[in-house]
Amino acid sequence: MCAVRDLVKTYPATRGRRGSEGRAPAVRASDGISLDVHRGEIFGLLGPNGAGKSTLVRQLTGLLRPDSGSISVLGHDLVRHPERAARLLGYLGQESTALDEMTVALAVETTGRLRGLGAREARAERDAVVDELGLADIAGRALKKLSGGQRRLACFATVLIGERSLLVLDEPTTGMDPVARRAVWDAVDRRRAERGATVVLVTHNVLEAESVLDRVAVIDRGRVIACDTPGGLKDMVGEEVRLDLVWRDRPPLDVPEVAELASAARVSGRRWTLRLPADRARAAVAAVTAGPAFAALDDFTLATPSLEDVYLALGGRAEGLVKG
Amino acid sequence: MRQERLGEGVSVVPAQAVPVPGARDALEAAARPEDGRAAPLAPAARLLPALCAVYRAQLSRARVARIPLLFVATFQSVGIMVLMRGVVDGGDEARAVVSGAGVLVVAFVALNLLAQYFGQLRASGGLDHYATLPVPPAAVVLGAAAAYASFTVPGTVVTTVTGCLLFQLPMTHLWVLAAVIPLSGAALAGLGAALGLLAPRPELATLCGQLGMSAALLLGVLPAERLPAAIDYARDLLPSTYGVEALAATFDARPDWLAVAADLGVCAAVGALSLAIATWAYRRAATR
Repeated sequence: MCAVRDLVKTYPATRGRRGSEGRAPAVRASDGISLDVHRGEIFGLLGPNGAGKSTLVRQLTGLLRPDSGSISVLGHDLVRHPERAARLLGYLGQESTALDEMTVALAVETTGRLRGLGAREARAERDAVVDELGLADIAGRALKKLSGGQRRLACFATVLIGERSLLVLDEPTTGMDPVARRAVWDAVDRRRAERGATVVLVTHNVLEAESVLDRVAVIDRGRVIACDTPGGLKDMVGEEVRLDLVWRDRPPLDVPEVAELASAARVSGRRWTLRLPADRARAAVAAVTAGPAFAALDDFTLATPSLEDVYLALGGRAEGLVKG
Repeated sequence: MRQERLGEGVSVVPAQAVPVPGARDALEAAARPEDGRAAPLAPAARLLPALCAVYRAQLSRARVARIPLLFVATFQSVGIMVLMRGVVDGGDEARAVVSGAGVLVVAFVALNLLAQYFGQLRASGGLDHYATLPVPPAAVVLGAAAAYASFTVPGTVVTTVTGCLLFQLPMTHLWVLAAVIPLSGAALAGLGAALGLLAPRPELATLCGQLGMSAALLLGVLPAERLPAAIDYARDLLPSTYGVEALAATFDARPDWLAVAADLGVCAAVGALSLAIATWAYRRAATR
């Protein structure tokens, strides 16, 4: 369906403006990426900001030419023929400036026309998509007058008009409320069930990745550091659990068990995050839920590993993924 | 109604912008997958329907964003004519002022605002939206240019009619605006689009648009006889000058139609050339 081999893309170094020290070195945004996406699959690219996810999808959509490597989508060589991408896939980028001053209905209809639909077809599909996503109430309003989540949903509507068998979505649900998110995933599921549509999805939201993706490639610094089903990835760190402790004020370091945990904890304000084997986690919970430690404890959670834990265990940089 | 205006707005262009039939066939052949397993490509949007869709979408933007600016363009031109009334006393100079002020509206909207629009669209990544749709580059550029040329119609008409009343000029041949607006619109919008798409930074696009408009103001509105010779040459290089001269010539009782046609021909040629450059610049900006 979609095969990427040894993709390399380097952004050249930029000289800082006069008077500033900022000289950006060359960045290898894709550093030998290889992936296969199968038909009918929801395939995710997970990683923090700056990991190279958007650079990768911009090459998939023909917007950016790789330095080397190959991209084949539905049997078409997109490195040699980047202009074919527009006739094979629908792309939702992060920007909406081209559509901002149009109404939702016109933005969707115009996009349909530009995707090659006839006038009548475009109007009919526009109405269907607007209804499907629950946009009827705001169809007559300009995109730039909408909230961030509503605008994102309107942009998503422009991807659905003029059917494509591959959808490439760059953080589609940013800023959306749960109702809008539901509408997005329902629309995606419907297209997959009825037409075997394939989705390549960029996200840095761990919960979303776990709940909607069939397979996920974890990306860090331009490389794929793991690629499997969410369950398969979690099995890699299966023996460990995550213990979050939130202290009321300051941690009771005079309690020996707490002092011992301190060295292993990742501290963020009053929150400690620990990754421990299950038996040690149980012992730690027992220790902090009794005596003086419990008096200082505000909240604690014990959880099975998430994709964030996988990402960290694989050596990814600590911050940048979003939960929820 | 809009469709008619569209026809006027771009009438000079398609001959340049539409690929010749042979080239189109070659493109189609190249788009056929090389091996049998490849999926068929969805059809691409054709030039004319895509152009109409872009034009319509751009026109609708006027309601949201551009109406205040159209007023500004008109007020500016009318204000300049009121000022110049104290300086010029009828005759050739009055004709130059009125036609210069009329074409200034076109320069403000088509050159200045379109350069800003494309500059910002390019800088913000908004071109990606069009670049990932199977739409001919010419459709995007011509649709936007035609829409901006259309935005100038009410302002130019109001300005010219007001000028005729202020300076007691005959309105007999004002119908020539129906040719002057689309042709000088094509020339200036093409220039604006090319500047906006070629400028490395959006601020530079804005600056170039402003400078172009200032040049149109100084060289178009001020009567040519009062300018030094060097500036007169600069005046010949500016496409808006030919729109101004064509309009000025029609205030005669018996205009020299050949000269008018020649001036408008220059506008048409500049329009075709600059729109072709803008289309090339769009293609370059859209795929990096």
